Amino acid sequence: MSEELVSVQIDGEWHQFPKGTRMIEACRQAGREVPHYCYHPKLSSPGNCRMCLVEMGMPPRPKPGEELPLDEAGHPPIQWMPRPVIACANTVAPNMGIRTDSPLTNACRQGVMELLLINHPLDCPICDQAGECSLQEFSVEHGRGESRFREQKVKKPKNVDIGPRVRLDDERCIMCSRCIRFTDEIADDPVLGFTDRGSHTVLTVHPGQQLANNYSLNTVDICPVGALTSNDFRFQMRVWFLKETNTIDTNCATGANIVVYSRENVIYRITPRQNNEVNSDWMPDSHRLNFHWINSELRLTAPLVRENGVFRECSWAESLQVAADRLRSYAGGDIAIIVSARLTNEELLMAKRLAALLGTDLIAAVPRTGEADNYLVSADRNPNMNGVKLILGLDDPVAKLGEIRSGLAGGTVRALIVLQENVIDDAGFTAEELGRADFVLSTYPLANPTADASDVVLPGACWAEKSGTMINVTGRLQRLKRAIDGPGLTLEPWELLRDLIQALGGGNGIYSADELFKQLTHDYPEFAGLTLSQVGDLGVPLIETGQTIPLIERERERKARGIIVG
Amino acid sequence: MADINYLPGKEPHAREHRMIFRNVDRAGWDTSIATYLKEGGYEQLKAALKMEPKAVTEEVKKAGVRGRGGAGFPAGLKWTFIPPNNTKPVYLICNADESEPGTFKDRYIIHQDPHQLIEGMAIACFAVGAKLAYIYIREEFPEGAKILEKAIAEAREKGFLGKNIQGTGFDLEIYVHRGAGAYICGEETGLIESLEGKRPYPRIKPPYFPAAMGLYLCPTIVNNVETLCHVKHIIQMGGDEYAKLGTPNNTGTRILCVSGDVQKPGYFEVQVGKVTMGELIHDMCGGLKPGRKLKAVIPGGSSAKVLRGGEVFKIKRGDAMVDVSLEDIPMDFDTLAACGSMAGSGGVIVIDDSRSISWVLNNLNAFYAHESCGQCTPCREGSLWMKKITDRLVAGQGAPGDIDTLDSVARQIDGRTICAFGEACSWPTEAFVAKFRDELVADTNPGTADAIVNRETLLAAANLAQ
Amino acid sequence: MILKANFSVMALEIPSTLEQEIDERITHYPVSKRSAVLPVLHALQHHFGYISEEAVEWTAKKLDLLPIKVLEVVTFYPGFRQYAPGKYHIRVCRTLSCAMAGSFDLMDSLCQAAKIDRSGVNHHHPIAVSEDGKYSIEFAECLASCGTGPVCMVNDDFHEKVEDAAALLGQYRD
Repeated sequence: MSEELVSVQIDGEWHQFPKGTRMIEACRQAGREVPHYCYHPKLSSPGNCRMCLVEMGMPPRPKPGEELPLDEAGHPPIQWMPRPVIACANTVAPNMGIRTDSPLTNACRQGVMELLLINHPLDCPICDQAGECSLQEFSVEHGRGESRFREQKVKKPKNVDIGPRVRLDDERCIMCSRCIRFTDEIADDPVLGFTDRGSHTVLTVHPGQQLANNYSLNTVDICPVGALTSNDFRFQMRVWFLKETNTIDTNCATGANIVVYSRENVIYRITPRQNNEVNSDWMPDSHRLNFHWINSELRLTAPLVRENGVFRECSWAESLQVAADRLRSYAGGDIAIIVSARLTNEELLMAKRLAALLGTDLIAAVPRTGEADNYLVSADRNPNMNGVKLILGLDDPVAKLGEIRSGLAGGTVRALIVLQENVIDDAGFTAEELGRADFVLSTYPLANPTADASDVVLPGACWAEKSGTMINVTGRLQRLKRAIDGPGLTLEPWELLRDLIQALGGGNGIYSADELFKQLTHDYPEFAGLTLSQVGDLGVPLIETGQTIPLIERERERKARGIIVG
Repeated sequence: MADINYLPGKEPHAREHRMIFRNVDRAGWDTSIATYLKEGGYEQLKAALKMEPKAVTEEVKKAGVRGRGGAGFPAGLKWTFIPPNNTKPVYLICNADESEPGTFKDRYIIHQDPHQLIEGMAIACFAVGAKLAYIYIREEFPEGAKILEKAIAEAREKGFLGKNIQGTGFDLEIYVHRGAGAYICGEETGLIESLEGKRPYPRIKPPYFPAAMGLYLCPTIVNNVETLCHVKHIIQMGGDEYAKLGTPNNTGTRILCVSGDVQKPGYFEVQVGKVTMGELIHDMCGGLKPGRKLKAVIPGGSSAKVLRGGEVFKIKRGDAMVDVSLEDIPMDFDTLAACGSMAGSGGVIVIDDSRSISWVLNNLNAFYAHESCGQCTPCREGSLWMKKITDRLVAGQGAPGDIDTLDSVARQIDGRTICAFGEACSWPTEAFVAKFRDELVADTNPGTADAIVNRETLLAAANLAQ
Repeated sequence: MILKANFSVMALEIPSTLEQEIDERITHYPVSKRSAVLPVLHALQHHFGYISEEAVEWTAKKLDLLPIKVLEVVTFYPGFRQYAPGKYHIRVCRTLSCAMAGSFDLMDSLCQAAKIDRSGVNHHHPIAVSEDGKYSIEFAECLASCGTGPVCMVNDDFHEKVEDAAALLGQYRD
């Protein structure tokens, strides 16, 4: 992008923008938001909704030999065009004038609003989009009070099943084509289209086909109205009752930035949050919907201690005392630790301290791999394997898993600590193998076979219930933020590790996750000088991994070609 | 040149200047290349091929010929909009989607003189550097498509198309592409999308000016059938000589198509601006039907703003403002524009005092509601709304305020859409309301108003209030 | 954009001559096969009388498109019919000049003469078919012969100044 700046007057004030800036973005940057429906910075701009019409002017073309008079600040006069222009697809030009709040601009908006509403059902009371509907929002600002429409509305299909996760109400659709462009341009699954024409145009999938790709729910996010709704979320909760938490997805190493919507410690939905370095505005359905287990009845809600072969619920103090007493009875070389690459850097730091305190260096992490999808899903299905490598100083964090297994078999590993993993289901361990250990301590959010084979089981919070930082596939440091409280006596893993270390006599005076982060900046040169507020909601590049995120690379290329704003 | 005889009853009017329509309705004339060659066919292509392409464009510019499809943009100037540093292929498309209501000229060129069009296209392609051209013909001309394909095959066989035309090294293929019944395909970017196999949604301009980013995002020139035929005659006459036809800035001949309430509707090729509206209607078309008075004229295809019978226009002539009556308007681009309408596609629809204005407007509203592509909001929603309002007017169910609403809906479309269809569908409404408001208002009926307020709207509003 | 077809096509009997014609038409679009959507659909409609779901899918497969991209086009254009018309399909011009010349009366008298009931016609089903399936009729927008109205088309034949509906139908009896 050229660095050349051009002067543009917006509502009477002069600003400077890089050449090539879209008018709508220039206005936004100048604090003059232009309402729009079809425009989306990550998609091509068809200019079809006409909501972003603004009044535009340019300096008059001087007659030969004539020079334009300049004002005190050196700007030429502006000749305003009688026809409004769309701000979304047009770029700024030197000495252009834009009016986002003039009689013409306002008349255009009012006109478009009225026309969008005449055939739109007035079913806001039962529409899921209510509360986050651009049509509602802009009609408050730009609509006329009463309806002049005396005719029958156009009838269209309602409650159409267009895929396993997305439902369509064609009468609510305003034909902005965002969803079609998303499936065509981003998801490479162009199953959506418009059929018929004129006022009778309907959005549809081909008979017998489905919008079923793993990114289908993004169409619900970008639908500016209630035409596309999520089967998972519809009719569950009014959005204005939901608390929003900016955090990150932990289903793979990409670490998509997300917003968790919760109420009274129940998550109702997750949506992607824009981060152009990580997930743009998108996320995979598989990741988005993987939260219902958090409210599962299988959640561990209190520490458990095995007595005579039977688990007994007990207090944290008691369980940690039992664990500490048992662990103290082994030499460091008898103990192995299996950590999860779902732990935050802060939790990994505590795990490292625990290992040091116990005097063991037999420590490994459980790998979790799948197929990369060439979009946002990374082959590494752990969110923080890069954190494991960095914090624990392991080049190959999974290397010692085999050693631990053979140690269990050969009796050299007598005590095993499993932090936030289910090694039986996820690392190929067997209950019999674990049974050979003299003592097994495991932490996990859910009851699971590894817990069954443990002597002490501690309820560790899941990703949505804890805070900290993680390092994604590209080496970006990002913040995980607690959205809800864990059930019962659940503790964040760093907390239970802190308490275990204290019970072992290794108190260190750390009482908050923020302090742990400070410790990281102290202990690791990569973290030096960083603060959590610097990491912020969007993260910062931390280390070089040489890895990229395919979808992001493609968007960068489309941005460079001027197809999208980006 | 041989003496030309026309079929009995189809002789041109004495005031006509037949050039493009020289062979239309001509006795003994047929569409074969043999017939065409007998009278000097393809000689202008041969002549052009000996010129520099730029020189051909220069002649067309000098001729000043303005597009005959509706917009009236100078054709030669349009050709020069291809970026000078262009390295992409250039395409030429002949717009044979003739679909502006009231217009019926390209039909006769296609059906009766296809080689004239092909020769004009070949010259134009040579000038702009196109090696591939399409004729986008409306689906409702199935016979025309066959005639053109046969003519193309003949021209190819005779070495006027194909590889190395006339040994000059110039290659050109022309293919016929049939539409499927959509007025919007007459809009050049809609046409291009249609030719790309997509829904013919017009493109936003900027950035998609066809001359720079047209078919397959390559420079593309789209010209109307009649316009391309003129190219042949410009080469024959030379641009300067051609420009002597017609009137300044309104050069050449054009075919006026007259329909509606006249005694002898038909087509008339005249020098632009050399015939007035009154002469066209009363002299060339035999006047109105007995006992009828002129109520209105739509002068340039249905999208052109209607002019009222007896209306007097103030226009600038030289430095002075003069009064011009409807009958005295010369049929040229500039005067019709000065009168607040346009010469458009040359389709003149005459309306006498037997017609209900509500009915006429409703017919046009229905056309545009049917033809709106539905891509952008104002036209998609507004065109059908206008039709629904005039549906009620015609049914005697107009409500007070309907005419104001009608007018304001039109103004919410006009100038705010992706393509010129917005104006095409709103101008008739705006103009009919402006010029026949009283008659439209007289068709409303205060007594029926409340009964037809949308029941659903009321119910939904009641729900909301709860 | 990936537009590769990846689906099976229901049975559609395409004679080899028709497929050859279609293949030849596709060569007219050396830059993009997708451009051949309209010509392929025209050829199929000419042969089958209308564009069936199978024809949509066949076209998509032929041109490496997803079927929705073909359906989008088919449903846009009134020139493509999605259900079978009569043996003789009549299109009467509805637009202003022809309407002024009596095309609505012509429509009525044609319906009467051909025994066609148009009461069920709506935006989505513009075509009415006679009980015996011999004739079908619909309004078309301006057919570009405004000077000789009312005009209509019967299949590919064009008729001007049509005054006698029965006489017109008389030309299409077999």
